[in-house]
Amino acid sequence: MKAPKRKIKPEKRTKPKLAVIKFTSCDGCQLSLLDAEDALLDVADAVEIAYFVEARDRRLPGPYDVTLVEGSISMPEHIEQIQEIREQSKFLIAIGACATAGGIQALRNWRNVDDFVRMVYAHPEYIDTLETSTPISEYVQVDFELRGCPINKHQLLDVVTSLLIGKQPRTPTYSVCMECKRRGTPCVMVSKGVPCLGPVTQAGCNAICPSVNRGCFGCYGPMEAPNTESLGQHLLDIGAAPGEVVRLFRNFSGYAEDFRLASDAFEEMMA
Amino acid sequence: MLNTMTTPTAPVPHPGPMLTFPARILEIKEEAYAIATYQIAFESEAVRKTYRFRPGQFNMLYLPGIGEVPISMSSDPAESEVIGHTIRYAGNVTRAISRLQTGDVIGVRGPYGSYWPMERLIGDDLCIVTGGIGLAPLRPVIYHVLRHREQYGRVYLLYGARTPKDMLYTDEYEAWKQQGIQILLTVDRADPSWRGNVGVVPMLFYQLRLDPKKTAVLTCGPEIMIHFVIYEALARRISKERIYVSMERNMKCGVGLCGHCQFGPAFVCKEGPVFAYAAIEPFFGVEEF
Amino acid sequence: MPELTPTIGAFVSIEKGRLQNVMDALKAAGYTLVGPTLDEGAIVYDEIEGVADLPRGWTDRQEPASYRLQRREDDAYFGYVVGPHSWKKFLLPPRRTLMRVVKKEGAFVVVDEEEPAPRYAFIGVRGCEMQAIHIQDRVFLGGPYQDPGYRARRQQAFVLAVNCTEPGGTCFCASMGTGPEVGLGYDLALTELDDIFIVEIGSELGATMMRETDWRPAGAFELQQARDALAEARRNMGRQLDTTDLPNLLYKNLEHARWDQVADRCLSCGNCTMVCPTCFCQDVLDVSDLKGETFERVWVWDSCFSIDYSHVHGGNIRPHTRARYRQWLTHKFASWIDQFGVIGCVGCGRCITWCPVGIDVTEEIDAIRGEV
Repeated sequence: MKAPKRKIKPEKRTKPKLAVIKFTSCDGCQLSLLDAEDALLDVADAVEIAYFVEARDRRLPGPYDVTLVEGSISMPEHIEQIQEIREQSKFLIAIGACATAGGIQALRNWRNVDDFVRMVYAHPEYIDTLETSTPISEYVQVDFELRGCPINKHQLLDVVTSLLIGKQPRTPTYSVCMECKRRGTPCVMVSKGVPCLGPVTQAGCNAICPSVNRGCFGCYGPMEAPNTESLGQHLLDIGAAPGEVVRLFRNFSGYAEDFRLASDAFEEMMA
Repeated sequence: MLNTMTTPTAPVPHPGPMLTFPARILEIKEEAYAIATYQIAFESEAVRKTYRFRPGQFNMLYLPGIGEVPISMSSDPAESEVIGHTIRYAGNVTRAISRLQTGDVIGVRGPYGSYWPMERLIGDDLCIVTGGIGLAPLRPVIYHVLRHREQYGRVYLLYGARTPKDMLYTDEYEAWKQQGIQILLTVDRADPSWRGNVGVVPMLFYQLRLDPKKTAVLTCGPEIMIHFVIYEALARRISKERIYVSMERNMKCGVGLCGHCQFGPAFVCKEGPVFAYAAIEPFFGVEEF
Repeated sequence: MPELTPTIGAFVSIEKGRLQNVMDALKAAGYTLVGPTLDEGAIVYDEIEGVADLPRGWTDRQEPASYRLQRREDDAYFGYVVGPHSWKKFLLPPRRTLMRVVKKEGAFVVVDEEEPAPRYAFIGVRGCEMQAIHIQDRVFLGGPYQDPGYRARRQQAFVLAVNCTEPGGTCFCASMGTGPEVGLGYDLALTELDDIFIVEIGSELGATMMRETDWRPAGAFELQQARDALAEARRNMGRQLDTTDLPNLLYKNLEHARWDQVADRCLSCGNCTMVCPTCFCQDVLDVSDLKGETFERVWVWDSCFSIDYSHVHGGNIRPHTRARYRQWLTHKFASWIDQFGVIGCVGCGRCITWCPVGIDVTEEIDAIRGEV
């Protein structure tokens, strides 16, 4: 009946190589990885951290098995760099609102960037920047997107673990409300009239903001098939000004398509 | 405190319906592109000796950290110490299973769900209609018929696959035919070697003369195929009560506790996967139901 | 009358402050008290120490998509209805580990099962909620496969129920036949009058917990006052629902235009299912350590409003909100009866209050019935 037991081979495989790269961003998502503390030691044990400037000086050349890319594409040289990184990476994960939606700096996509440059810099002629700040997926194929501003370290570890044990990473695409209700926070919108994007925003943060009495500001970007029109209309019904609704959608993940269309639509309504 | 008047209780306290049992892979046989049959046996002799399944039922196969997946048994129910599962590598769990080898251990719990009503069908002609991997949960029916050939009348197998290479269990067809199972095959796309039918499975009905009073239809496959099989069967005056359908829904727990596999009034993991068409008629074909 | 226990079925009367004695008796018997208490802007269910933690003198004003706390003019202990939490939070925790698995020599062993359950005493279970517990009993204990964790927590739970004398704005328990008076299954049931609680003794255990309390048999006028208050509550329901032949009504209207209309408003956020005291759907998560050596299987509350819920090979059964809302409503009011012999809604109104855009099930069903 019994088949011969499979011989257990001594583990002698090389560790997968991990790279962490950044473009236009605040480094907060990389900090989430450093913030993983105990688990970080396990990560360092399980993978070879080949390139992670935030953490160490050593920079090993590619190719990399897994590359985490933080930040948006906002400068001309980024375009070539991200293509090079893509070529060097087996599995490329965009991490954070900048890399997945263009970030807060994508607010400039609604305006003329030259106006900003003139406003901010004494010598605007030294500044070479793109018209827009856009997600990594605008330029290269992305294998997985980890949302949030910043990303959630548990989700990050979950994704890394999935790849290590041979599983396609998956994170929930349903609403923040699911996590908010699981942790038992009374809805801030229903019980206090605080405008909240939770019902149209993707879960993953464990609903932090409502738990400290603030409305969700959508940093994880749109959930699966969000009904932004209905929520936006409801916010107007409970007394929010149209401009407030526009600002709510046009935030850290404001350039993500569903939020972008929503803020444009409510802006049009104001006009 | 539980109120005994209103709270139903089970006769025996169950140790935990999600508890999985280690089982070893004894043999892996490639059947077609990205489809293989895994013969497994429970590690525990006690479990191995008591485990029984009926044609059409499924097990939950488990890989630690990856997850669980419902897979129908495809082997002979009379030999339940070694259980066959024909698996298509499609999702996370099945793709991880594809990396396993003979001798590896997986978790198994079951059997779950309803079954093809072989006792009720005694004396009937059977018309088995299926496509692709849908033959897997019907192969135990064929094995059962072969063991009890005298109990059933004429038996037809109408089977289709995308290409001749995608057909399952082709090395067994000859043996089945010899025991009087009439096999009609069709493919969506022929290759140079193919001499048979080209087209969809339900068209094969036109090559048969079925006795509506004696015939039962057993079908499993994509919902759209089932739809047309039902149409053809009803057109031949086979009653709704005698058309049996195996349905697919998202079966996560297998024991009716997680809710995911609902299909109208039924939990597919409990009342299904095998239904008499008469029972599901009001809901079958309702879009996105 | 100390040292005496009242008989089962008896109605007794206690001074309101004496409720603390009952709670002390429960604590002395090893129970963890959970009951209504004030959190940020809402009355939630959480661990309490005694009567001081109850939201005394507070009430809630509830309408579709709106819940507001208000001071009462009196200092009633139970002068509010149900909030965002329900008892399923304790009987069916939102996240629990079902088993732990450790890899060992090419195979694996199941090393642990669910954690032992605390003994809860539920303080302030309303009629709708008592029925919700009975409904989940049928789901988790009524079939051939039972949930052992649920069973353990449920069997040990003590129920101190409260009859509702002031229904809320989204309540319709009278239509569903679940309130305002609590049905069977409690150990003790309170009716709050101006100065006293009338306590009905529902079980031997309930009677025992009254031993340390200074009680007396309830007077005829007191009982009449309680009956009047409940009758008044029945007349003042915030909402109503015609429950006539609901299964056929819904099954015959699976293609009704109303499903499209409600889908325009529905956010598919899942709030209604999370706050519903009978919704029981759960997802199984597989958790692994980085080394791939130890694993957990974790159950979390899930919702039929998430797209992944209906995942099958090659896609999802219900990609559109229309189909997901229809699934939820037809399950609750029709197929639940086929599955568990009882309607899945208890009329508590939570799904109406806590829907961020105020979708009202009673209105939706009326519309399908053609009465709007």
